Amino acid sequence: MLQFLLKRLALVIPAFFGVTLLTFALIHLIPGDPVLLMAGERGIAPERHEELRREMGLDRPMVIQYLHYIGGVFQGDLGKSLISKKPVMEEFLTLFPATIELSLCAMIFAVTIGLPAGILAAVRRGTVFDHSVMAVSLTGYSMPIFWWGLLLILLFSVQLGWTPVSGRISALYWVDTVTGFMLIDSLLSDEAGAFTSAVRHLILPSIVLGTIPLAVIARMTRSATLEVLREDYIRTARAKGLSPMRVIGLHALRNALIPVITVIGLQVGVLLAGAILTETIFAWPGVGKWLVESIGRRDYPAVQGGILLVATVVILVNLVVDILYGVINPRIRHTR
Amino acid sequence: MSETVQVSSSEAPPHPLQEFWHYFSQNAGAVAGLVFICVIVVVAVLADVLAPHPPFEQYRDALLVPPFWQDGGSTRFLLGTDDVGRDILSRLMYGARLSLMIGAMVVTLSLAVGILLGLVAGYFRGATEAIIMRIMDVMLALPSLLLAIAIVAILGPSLFNAAIAIAIVVLPHYVRLTRAAAISEVGKDYVTASRVAGAGRMRIMFITILPNCMAPLIVQATLGFSSAILDAAALGFLGLGAQPPTPEWGSMLANALQFLQRAWWVVTFPGLSILLTVLAFNLMGDGLRDALDPKMKV
Repeated sequence: MLQFLLKRLALVIPAFFGVTLLTFALIHLIPGDPVLLMAGERGIAPERHEELRREMGLDRPMVIQYLHYIGGVFQGDLGKSLISKKPVMEEFLTLFPATIELSLCAMIFAVTIGLPAGILAAVRRGTVFDHSVMAVSLTGYSMPIFWWGLLLILLFSVQLGWTPVSGRISALYWVDTVTGFMLIDSLLSDEAGAFTSAVRHLILPSIVLGTIPLAVIARMTRSATLEVLREDYIRTARAKGLSPMRVIGLHALRNALIPVITVIGLQVGVLLAGAILTETIFAWPGVGKWLVESIGRRDYPAVQGGILLVATVVILVNLVVDILYGVINPRIRHTR
Repeated sequence: MSETVQVSSSEAPPHPLQEFWHYFSQNAGAVAGLVFICVIVVVAVLADVLAPHPPFEQYRDALLVPPFWQDGGSTRFLLGTDDVGRDILSRLMYGARLSLMIGAMVVTLSLAVGILLGLVAGYFRGATEAIIMRIMDVMLALPSLLLAIAIVAILGPSLFNAAIAIAIVVLPHYVRLTRAAAISEVGKDYVTASRVAGAGRMRIMFITILPNCMAPLIVQATLGFSSAILDAAALGFLGLGAQPPTPEWGSMLANALQFLQRAWWVVTFPGLSILLTVLAFNLMGDGLRDALDPKMKV
């Protein structure tokens, strides 16, 4: 087990440094002089220009600049936003709970529908239900989610008026930030109706963001269950006279879920990337929207830090999934 | 004697292409996908002839005209017009051209570089392989859209740069597939035979081994088309891909949010084009996978 852990960790470290190289390159490869970019439209005096270059360390060799950058990263210093002048780390941390909240709800939506749908489709292989699940999931998999979001807004918010169009909570309520998670904060606040409002704001974005994971999970669950149902021990269990519920629920599911859990873990990266689009559509004040806006504003320190942090989160989640996979499935742990 | 001859002739294996088509045509979805793709290709190629209006022409007297079957719509603009009076159907037709071009460019680029790196890694092994594969691992660790956004942020937003960014992002899949296939082929007798016969490295890599690695690559390339179109549209939507007034499907949706209440057609048709095209490529990719390589079946 220790060896397995070390091997996985050894893969993570180069991945992290690869990302830092990419984000470091980001600042240095963008066309134009970073100092002039910072100065903006008004321009800058030559003396001040030289001074700023020295201040930012741009006159030193690349290697030193990179080491300096890495040193800062390890101390949590990702520079300051050019627009708000606040530390990038601080901005990220204020916005990140909103993204986690949205991603979690999307994942819950995807799993609670995708898992049973996939199992049922496998059990009823070849039926109309099976074909519909496969058709719907292939469509979901091919869906441009930014358009899907617009369609849902058109139907549920504009036509039917059931859900709000954007944001996390109605402007009628003022909720103090305690945890950063609107569902919890609105419960903690004394305002009646705040929680309901927060839930109503979450529904559409969660469905939109959960659509692709839902499709992937349903497909994967179906094929994994089909695979397991062919095994000898399932036939044995059936021959023993166990009820179909017991055979599928106990014997089949336990083994079918192993690959499904990996797929669910791998969807975290998909979710965080999808959050960029979903948050933009629904004006959800999370990391994804902030990242896109920062690119638009040419706020490069924010872009640089944001990409590094999101990538780090994805790498860490993938590591945890990998380790969990080894814990659940001894075959993985012992091979290699 | 004559009988045995007859039997063996009837058992002669069909031509590989025939066999492929036999399996492929059994999959109704895959054939539907293929037909749709053919239609899109024809539309894209003949956009100049088929489109009723030029894609950039602004009809100031016909802003936000609804599709012809709705009140106020006319057959002059079959799918209606957008906020500056451009014909949506014509823009979609020219958009098909752009989307297929992006798909083709991304697939060609990533396939060419991916095959090269994958073959080199699978053939030479050792340190070369380790370096190539570690770099690919790093790229795989990042969500593809995020990596594409980072690359576009470096290169600057444009359709061409978006295509390059997507090609870089999908590269690891091709490298991994080629490497895995190459490794399993390298040890086989026909490769040894060719080496004994005096074939050089380049010949063994590209003429002996490569054709036998193509099946999974063809499948991946088809699926790569769909993800390229989808990602390019997403970048266009975020304003990081094709720039207005380019009639790219994703960027046509970029400022559609403000017309949601007034003009559903401005929002609906570009997205529907993306969905159907991506779906067609996915259906065909699934069919190809089943027909070419039963092992890859999910």
